[in-house]
Amino acid sequence: MRIETIIAALATLGEPSTGTWIVLTGITVNAACALVGCFLILRKMSMMGDALSHAVLPGLVVAFVLTGSHSMVPMFIGAVIAGLLTTFLTQTLHQYLRVPSDASMGIVFTAMFAIGVVLVKQFAGGLHFDIGCVYEGALEYVPFGDRVAGMPRQLFTSLVVLLLNFVVLLVLWKELKLSAFDPALATTMGFSATSMHYLLMVLVSVTSVASFEAVGSILVVAMLIVPASTAHLLSDRLGWMVVFSVLIGTAAAVLGFWAATYWDTSISGMMTVAAGCLYAVAVLVSPRYGLLSSMLRNVRMSLLVLRDDVLGMLYRLEELKSEKHFSSAETSAAVGGGWLASFAIFQLQRSGNIKGVRDGLQLTELGRETAQKLVRSHRLWETYLVEQLGMPLDHVHEPAHRVEHYIDEDIQKQLAAELDTSAQDPHGRQIPD
Amino acid sequence: MSQIAFEVHDMTVAYHRRPVLWDIDLEIPEGKLVGIVGPNGAGKTTLIKAALGLVPLASGKVEIYGKNYEEQRHLIGYVPQRESVDWDFPVTVRDVVLMGTYGRLGWFRRPGKAEVEIAERSLQHVGMGAFARRQIRQLSGGQQQRVFLARALAQAAQIYFLDEPFAGVDAATESAIVELLEELRTSGKTVLVVHHDLQTVSDYFDYVILLNMRLIACGPVKDTFTTENLQKTYGGRLTILDEAAEAIRRSKPLQ
Amino acid sequence: MISLSLSDKVMLGTALLGGMAGVVGSFAVLRGRALVGDMLAHAALPGVCLAFLITGNRNLLGLSLGALASGLAAIAVVTVILRWTRTKEDAAIGIVLSTFFGAGVVLLSVVQKPATGGNKAGLHSYLFGEPGGMLTSDIVLLAIVAAVVLAMVVLFYKEFLIVCFDTDFAQSQGWPTLWLDLAMMAALAVVTIVGLPIVGVILMAAMIILPAATARFWTNRLSMLLLISCAFGAAAGVLGTRIGRGFPAGAAIVLTASSLFLVSLLFAPQRGLVARLLVEYRLRRRVADEHLLRALFELSESHLPDTPVIPLENVREYRHWNSLERVLERARDDQLIEWGEEQVQLTPLGLRRAAELTKAHRLWELYLMEYANIAPDHVDRDADDVEHLLPEGLLVELEQELAAEGRLPAIAAEVPESPHELSPET
Repeated sequence: MRIETIIAALATLGEPSTGTWIVLTGITVNAACALVGCFLILRKMSMMGDALSHAVLPGLVVAFVLTGSHSMVPMFIGAVIAGLLTTFLTQTLHQYLRVPSDASMGIVFTAMFAIGVVLVKQFAGGLHFDIGCVYEGALEYVPFGDRVAGMPRQLFTSLVVLLLNFVVLLVLWKELKLSAFDPALATTMGFSATSMHYLLMVLVSVTSVASFEAVGSILVVAMLIVPASTAHLLSDRLGWMVVFSVLIGTAAAVLGFWAATYWDTSISGMMTVAAGCLYAVAVLVSPRYGLLSSMLRNVRMSLLVLRDDVLGMLYRLEELKSEKHFSSAETSAAVGGGWLASFAIFQLQRSGNIKGVRDGLQLTELGRETAQKLVRSHRLWETYLVEQLGMPLDHVHEPAHRVEHYIDEDIQKQLAAELDTSAQDPHGRQIPD
Repeated sequence: MSQIAFEVHDMTVAYHRRPVLWDIDLEIPEGKLVGIVGPNGAGKTTLIKAALGLVPLASGKVEIYGKNYEEQRHLIGYVPQRESVDWDFPVTVRDVVLMGTYGRLGWFRRPGKAEVEIAERSLQHVGMGAFARRQIRQLSGGQQQRVFLARALAQAAQIYFLDEPFAGVDAATESAIVELLEELRTSGKTVLVVHHDLQTVSDYFDYVILLNMRLIACGPVKDTFTTENLQKTYGGRLTILDEAAEAIRRSKPLQ
Repeated sequence: MISLSLSDKVMLGTALLGGMAGVVGSFAVLRGRALVGDMLAHAALPGVCLAFLITGNRNLLGLSLGALASGLAAIAVVTVILRWTRTKEDAAIGIVLSTFFGAGVVLLSVVQKPATGGNKAGLHSYLFGEPGGMLTSDIVLLAIVAAVVLAMVVLFYKEFLIVCFDTDFAQSQGWPTLWLDLAMMAALAVVTIVGLPIVGVILMAAMIILPAATARFWTNRLSMLLLISCAFGAAAGVLGTRIGRGFPAGAAIVLTASSLFLVSLLFAPQRGLVARLLVEYRLRRRVADEHLLRALFELSESHLPDTPVIPLENVREYRHWNSLERVLERARDDQLIEWGEEQVQLTPLGLRRAAELTKAHRLWELYLMEYANIAPDHVDRDADDVEHLLPEGLLVELEQELAAEGRLPAIAAEVPESPHELSPET
């Protein structure tokens, strides 16, 4: 009753447009790939995704030849067998015959692929199987092929794969997480790391079946690796990483489709490029690990150091009862110059730590207080270096200059307690309170 | 006489057929704090890994409370070397500690409220309660080590294996770890620790295993940790033993 | 100019390609960069398409330069990712490989539009390989690249060797490891790219790895590795095009190379599977033979110097045997024993061999007890595993060491007494 209502409601929406089918297929494939991709990259086996997505080809061709149809179950079986064989051979070559692990992977998957290519050539006649499609995909033709359950066959296949991956992740979440993070502990707890490895490889093989159906191996490789890597830059928890990777995969599908229609070019190629661009954006602006964010942090840190330097210098000038006032430009030059130094002086002025007087800059009351703390840190540290570490007098200014910005009140208190004196620093100057 | 918690019988371990531990035969009574001491390459880590079933035994057997390792899994806690961890892994401190409860849960079951509580308590115990939501890269070396200790606590084991827990930690963490180990011993657990610093062996441990490819001695610190035994342990490798091991490796090409 | 038939050209071209892929691949595999070839092959595509869009024709040199440019860009991007992000190497390679290739596919579909006058077949050969279309100028290009690569390897052989083997050491010795590394990468990139139109993307990756991995089974020396790898690569090229007529050429070449790999894996002397199984089998046989002789010696020991006739029953009970009859047959054939109706006796030759073996066994037992603190009740089983493998020199050393310390019993010149009680099944 209820289902019928839903179907009726859906029917009133009408047949989805060609574009909708394509985007839906793209999203499904990308999400399915992203789910297993997260574990691939955390286990540092991304290239196994590349390898398996090619190595399943002979399995598929044999399944086609034996059954004479595109039906799903034999194809999955063929893919799983080919995938397991590849995994096993790769491991055997590496473990027992001491071929380096990357080389053994390269040997096995290229040989499997070559066998697949030859098989296709031999039997391609009745199979409608184009090697070109294997690379580039034929998402464009998805809406015009056979239908299963009212949707394009390729979409249906990908949905099944997505569901399978989702269920396995849900059921074996803690086992997959533990064996990726600490295989030794997993094994000692009775979750064999080897069996989890094979399970993951089976999932990757099944997932890559979708590539030979519609989207092309290149999109599958990209979607296994790129969204997961992007998500890894954005999140510090595995759960969020998986969610983000699915969202990024979805975004790549939508953006890629939009761009491909705009420029009238290959859809799966464009989806791949979109994923790459999203990764590049994350590299630049990820809040914690992005290049721009860490550059920003560096600039902030330099500004802090520059501000401290300016305050410290003005304080020392006052201490020496110098008559001369430094101008903005002179001050800036004295702490190293450049636009950062000028900006630091501007910041100090705005925050009311220094003010301009007739012939230059001067500390305000607030500024003097801040500077005092700073100079105290500096001189306490110098005293500590001389008294406790026995460093020579002429070697302590530089290290103290570097460290002074990081000595908070807590460490100041500890330092003061350790040093019995301490009214004067080793150079004989007053240590301010 | 207390129960034997950990027993190794006639154990030989080989990597690629080259024996790295010859005929180890030892017994550790329950409730001891045991230091595993020996020079580099003496097989200290291998002893632990063999005890945990992470490397195959060439011969002999390991028993935990008189039974096979497989049956006694739930009694074992393990703290790996810090270098073996991927610190970029997207897990928080609490996630890591929670992993300690996975073994008890078995396949498929998810950690629930009770497990989270255990994890929180273990974290509090090592003084890391305030850091539960941090990603593990954002901790200092000492803090990272404490997190892994908390995970071992969450395993609620009877017998703990720690691989160099003092490597690269600050003084405060070192004394915190020692305190924790003593607490464990007081509550009747057995703790085996791979240790490098000979100076502190007598302070930290009450039992010691001296190892250099073969067992030199195993027993209470005051009888066993003697100059004579130390000389045997550190007084150079047995060259012929090495040569024989090499001969075995060469002549058995397939493992 | 000598005129070549097309099939000769193809064969010459694939041979040249296979040869140089073998050489640069050896360095790549030794350096742990086997999959960089895979990445370069994929990353070349956008460069090829751009070059075509710019020049408007499919001259191999122009396309190759475009491919080289995008290949080098790919290497640069991977370097940047590894230096500044938390992404690990495998993922970085995967990201660059797939994104570049995706961009290539996009550009390819632009190229194929009638408006740009694209020639689909021409650029598609870059994906799948089409040696059939080889021109004389292509052969010349391949030969030039091969000559340059060869010259580079000859000139920098020592430097490449040291960088491959131990980069840190090379750096400490003042070698510009970064530049040497880049030179190796550049050679890899160039070879990959000239090979693309011949075997195609995926299979070019195989051409980099397979000959080197195959050669590794035959030698332990870098110079030989390079030669053998070069030869295997060339042979795969020639045989593949010869045998594989009617099949996609790239696949045929790679399958030939895989077959060579398989044959080497099985039959190479020393490192091959068969050779190693044979060694294992011989060892097991020898161990069984020696166990028999020692058992007979120990059973005869109380009657020495006479050699008594021992009931087979006693031998069977003495220890566990897998196939006693076969062992006995071998010993009889070697005239070490006389074997009749359920009984057996050592010959004088057999007695001498048996005495030697027992001596080795007991020396090792003594050593374990004296030096390795192993309890007497454990030494026998331990010595059992080891004695068969001890080199002659080591035994002499053992004897001398034990004698020097006065721990060798007086009769040791013959056979020392067993340090533990003899019993069956020890």
